[in-house]
Amino acid sequence: MLFKKIAFVDLCQNSGAAVLAVFAKAGRLFAFLGCTLKHIFTPPFFYKNTLQQFLSIGYYSLPVVGLTTFFTGMVLALQSYTGFTRFNAESAISAVVTLSITRELAPVLAGLMVAGRVGASIAAEIGTMRVTEQIDALSTLSVSPYKYLVAPRIIAGTLMLPILVLIGDIIGILGGYVVSIHVLGFSPSNYLSQSWDILQFMDVFSGVVKAAFFGFIVTLMGCYHGYNSGRGAQGVGIATTNAVVSSSILILIFNYLLTQVFFS
Amino acid sequence: MSKTSTKKTATKPMIEMDHVSKSFGTKTVLKDINLTINKGESMVIIGGSGSGKSVTLKCILGLMENDSGVIKVDGRDIAEMDSDERHALMNKFGMLFQGGALFDSLPVWENVAFGLIHGRKMDRRQARKIALEKIDAVGMGASVADLYPAELSGGMQKRISLARAIATNPEIIFFDEPTTGLDPIMADVINDLIKKCVTDLGATALSITHDMASARKIADKVAMLYQGEIIWTGPIEKLDNSGNEYVDQFINGRANGPIAKHTEHKK
Repeated sequence: MLFKKIAFVDLCQNSGAAVLAVFAKAGRLFAFLGCTLKHIFTPPFFYKNTLQQFLSIGYYSLPVVGLTTFFTGMVLALQSYTGFTRFNAESAISAVVTLSITRELAPVLAGLMVAGRVGASIAAEIGTMRVTEQIDALSTLSVSPYKYLVAPRIIAGTLMLPILVLIGDIIGILGGYVVSIHVLGFSPSNYLSQSWDILQFMDVFSGVVKAAFFGFIVTLMGCYHGYNSGRGAQGVGIATTNAVVSSSILILIFNYLLTQVFFS
Repeated sequence: MSKTSTKKTATKPMIEMDHVSKSFGTKTVLKDINLTINKGESMVIIGGSGSGKSVTLKCILGLMENDSGVIKVDGRDIAEMDSDERHALMNKFGMLFQGGALFDSLPVWENVAFGLIHGRKMDRRQARKIALEKIDAVGMGASVADLYPAELSGGMQKRISLARAIATNPEIIFFDEPTTGLDPIMADVINDLIKKCVTDLGATALSITHDMASARKIADKVAMLYQGEIIWTGPIEKLDNSGNEYVDQFINGRANGPIAKHTEHKK
């Protein structure tokens, strides 16, 4: 009986501590977010840093996003063909490829790829700057680390991911087209007109809005975990892992929530 | 040791710490610290690893918040300053970090000119000119200006970091373990440079170190931190006759004495 009581108290204590830890973490994240938003909209602005981030987050992610969406479009056409021939619905392939890519696959896959490529590098870079006291050095030189490091990355992530996704949409649909025409033997003009007819503004728009959210999430998580990195190489390693894992999970959660908002 | 050149005229306190305490979780790092540094004075805080030296410096710089007590810089309580005043205060500071803390994404000259370009909004061309002068002042040629910090040796990085710390002609300069990790000759070069820079600028200096040769060279006054408390403070001339057995053990580097052999590692 006594043993059971002690076990129960332990359980309460542990679960209470876990809940408190979650709230403390959420509080720290929201404080970081609030500080970041304030610094994004108040001068001085570091234009050169922001442009640099446009390049490194946007332009240099293009090959990864392009390849991912291209092969996804290809495999989507192939898979839908093998499924749809069973009930003679081959003509729906173009619609499936176009809608899946624009609504879901381009934003989510681009988001996840950018989380791996950009989120990790942001967390590692800012984490190393924290460990080597470069962030403290910025403060002592009268420059806010939020303005100099965080704001440019978040602005670039939020604005560049939608553009990446628009390009990914085109490349993904092209992937589906290539397989449909050259492997499955569809007529090019039919395929293209079917794709175009099914497409509505909302399909592309929802994907682009999702991309903006995902870009914001990836860069925010990268900056937050890097900024609060622990000491040494191990601290930076943990920060990098946390940045990628948390942004990937948040992307999947927000993808569902945004889909619910757009299409319910 | 020529401590006679010290400016004895100015006695206005520049930095005052009044009953300052700081804890991390259950671990108390600073206990009721009282310390006054007068204008134009060079104070050196000595103490072993984990005694709270770095935390003291970071509290004054506003990089960490003290739990209790008051820290005043130039007569103003730093906790009561708004962000503009804090910005203005930071413009008075220069800091030499232990590891240099140079921005590895920027070339050497931009590192040195960083405070001028971003803190003081100076034109880049003019800032570069001043940066080159400061690089020259720390005994390095203009040839390093366009290199990146990773291409420099440890001693060179420290000198560039010193140039960055003095680039804005600050009124108060902090030196965090300025000679750690340098060979004895380079350490002496850095000490000379610090002495020269502080004298030339007429700045107030606060250094933390456990290198006694460095402390003897750059200090006007010495304070010793032990387990988060200031256990002795006095002019450098009295360091050898402090009458404090902790200080005696520390400055003579003896393994046996009142200071426990095993000192706690840094938080």
